[in-house]
Amino acid sequence: MAQIVVQNAVKRFGKFTAIDDVSLTINDQEFMVLLGPSGCGKTTLLRAIAGLGMLDTGKVVIGSKDVTYLNPKDRNISMVFQNYAIFPHMTVFDNIAFGLKMRKSPKSVIYERVNEAAKLLHIENLLDRYPGQMSGGQRQRVAVARAIAYDTQVLLMDEPLSNLDALLRLEMRAELKALLTKLNVTTIYVTHDQIEALSMGDRIAVMRQGKILQCDTPTRVYDLPADHFVGSFIGNPPMNFLMGRVERDSNRIQVRIGEFQLNPPDEMQDILRVYDGKDIFVGIRAENMEPLAQPTPDSLQVRVDVVEPLGAHNLLTIHIGSDVLKVSTHPDFPAKMGGDLWIRFPIQKIRWMDADSGKALTPNLEKVMA
Amino acid sequence: MTTETYPTTSLSLAEQEQIARRAKFQYNLRRASIYALAIAIAIWILLPIWLVAVMAFSTPADVRGFPKQIVPVPLSTDTMEFFLNQDGILRAARNSVVVAITTLVLSTIIAVPAGYAIARYVFPGRDAIRLGILSVRAFPIVVLAVPLAVTFIELDMYDKVYSLALMHTALTLPTTILVVASVFAGVPYELEEAARIFGCTPTQAFIRVVMPLALPGIAAAAILTFVLSWNEVFAAILLTISNRTLPAQILYTLDKSGDPFKFAGAFFMLLPAMIFIFFIRRYLFSMWGINK
Repeated sequence: MAQIVVQNAVKRFGKFTAIDDVSLTINDQEFMVLLGPSGCGKTTLLRAIAGLGMLDTGKVVIGSKDVTYLNPKDRNISMVFQNYAIFPHMTVFDNIAFGLKMRKSPKSVIYERVNEAAKLLHIENLLDRYPGQMSGGQRQRVAVARAIAYDTQVLLMDEPLSNLDALLRLEMRAELKALLTKLNVTTIYVTHDQIEALSMGDRIAVMRQGKILQCDTPTRVYDLPADHFVGSFIGNPPMNFLMGRVERDSNRIQVRIGEFQLNPPDEMQDILRVYDGKDIFVGIRAENMEPLAQPTPDSLQVRVDVVEPLGAHNLLTIHIGSDVLKVSTHPDFPAKMGGDLWIRFPIQKIRWMDADSGKALTPNLEKVMA
Repeated sequence: MTTETYPTTSLSLAEQEQIARRAKFQYNLRRASIYALAIAIAIWILLPIWLVAVMAFSTPADVRGFPKQIVPVPLSTDTMEFFLNQDGILRAARNSVVVAITTLVLSTIIAVPAGYAIARYVFPGRDAIRLGILSVRAFPIVVLAVPLAVTFIELDMYDKVYSLALMHTALTLPTTILVVASVFAGVPYELEEAARIFGCTPTQAFIRVVMPLALPGIAAAAILTFVLSWNEVFAAILLTISNRTLPAQILYTLDKSGDPFKFAGAFFMLLPAMIFIFFIRRYLFSMWGINK
């Protein structure tokens, strides 16, 4: 069992607060992704868990052991570094065997583990080589093999794929995911690539400015972003945001976008009533808007600025008022640049957000979490 | 897809060809001048060394004669033998070797931890220490000459081989520390961190991962220290009388001796530097990122 608990972690570099009172629990054998833009503190948090940078205050518990002040070697963890960090003066075999040798495992065990790890990463034929003679992709494989051969319950990965070229990254992503499901280790994976996060994680912790904004499953983070930032950071294209004015029409709350009125569902009525007369963000994903070639009473007429055929779908750029939106359509949908288009907003797919704080407005936390 | 000129250019095909030819000529000219400059610099350095070597292996008669030769014909070791048989030369050479090796050992023992600290850690007073190290070089040794001699006499360390080695250690340390620091800075810190993740204490990580990678560079720094000490003459003259090192001895007898002695002495002094440069060339190249 290796559950990882981070409690009220704070880390400052001079005046800059890299981790700002972060608490996070990673369940046993969970694949947790720390996602955020550069400088958000995700790597600092990982290093604190690894023991490569001590926290100023707070606590790190791995399994049932408080490791906050322990050396990395006493934490029973293993790690894959961004720049691979494989030892250039050792053969691939010695690199993979390094941790086991330090642990003074018997020779037969070392031999067996190294070969097993090498086989999993398809580098059995490279064992006698030196890292200097290998490509970036092969070095990456050695780094992963070294980490899994060490056979710990916790595996930390610091942007392991970011130095690979695009095609190789795609290949390694799937391979890593398949590999890690076999291994039953608790994994923390740091990345700034939201697609990597969505495709690999059991849960994603989205970080910004040293804080965790949302920690949820990929689908939830994607569909129900906790705030404006998460919505705009995750997804390609990012979530669209429109400015809407909350208005009372007879006894019902409406959100007006230009001349067009949205009718929020019943459970949102009470919450939005507070914003009567104020602006709020109306968030909706590109694929959730319904493009129509013909006008209907409940649709909004827009002008198509750009059409980008992307193969599997077409991406349209439109504008509503001063807000620019991306709409994705079926490739067969008849849209022309400069032509007209009608958009229907499926009301349940809309994420309403406070215009000042950017926080998502939800009727009831339990209901959303359920 | 046509082979005609692009519609945007008004130049004829012949004119375009001419421009291309001119660009190629200029490119070749640039390359040629870079080579010419490199060759000139090489000759500037190599020619005196070659002439000294030629003189050292000519007969004493040829050395005194004029014009001088370009190749040593007839080849002769008489001049070198004459030099080596001079009174005190072999003793001085032995002193030089002892001083240089002691300096090398002391300097390396101090420079490795110092260089590592400067390369790896941000500690209070780091910049001050760096500056302090450099400031040793900032004082001309002439200024220190009298106080140094007095101090050494008072401590009863005057005219000793080991005391000169201590002096040379102090003189070479700034260079050695900075070179060693740059060597350590070239070993990625991530490697050390990886070693610590996979079961090493910081000391073990240093011994198992950092040292093997830094060793060639440290060896190069040590050899540089050796050559610096071997060539050093001022402190050697200042601090020794009977136990002179080779450059001090040669300098001392220079005005009383003829050309053969001077050329032979110059060649002998050049030897270690040349031998060592030949051996550490590979490491220097890798330090500077040149592939043979």
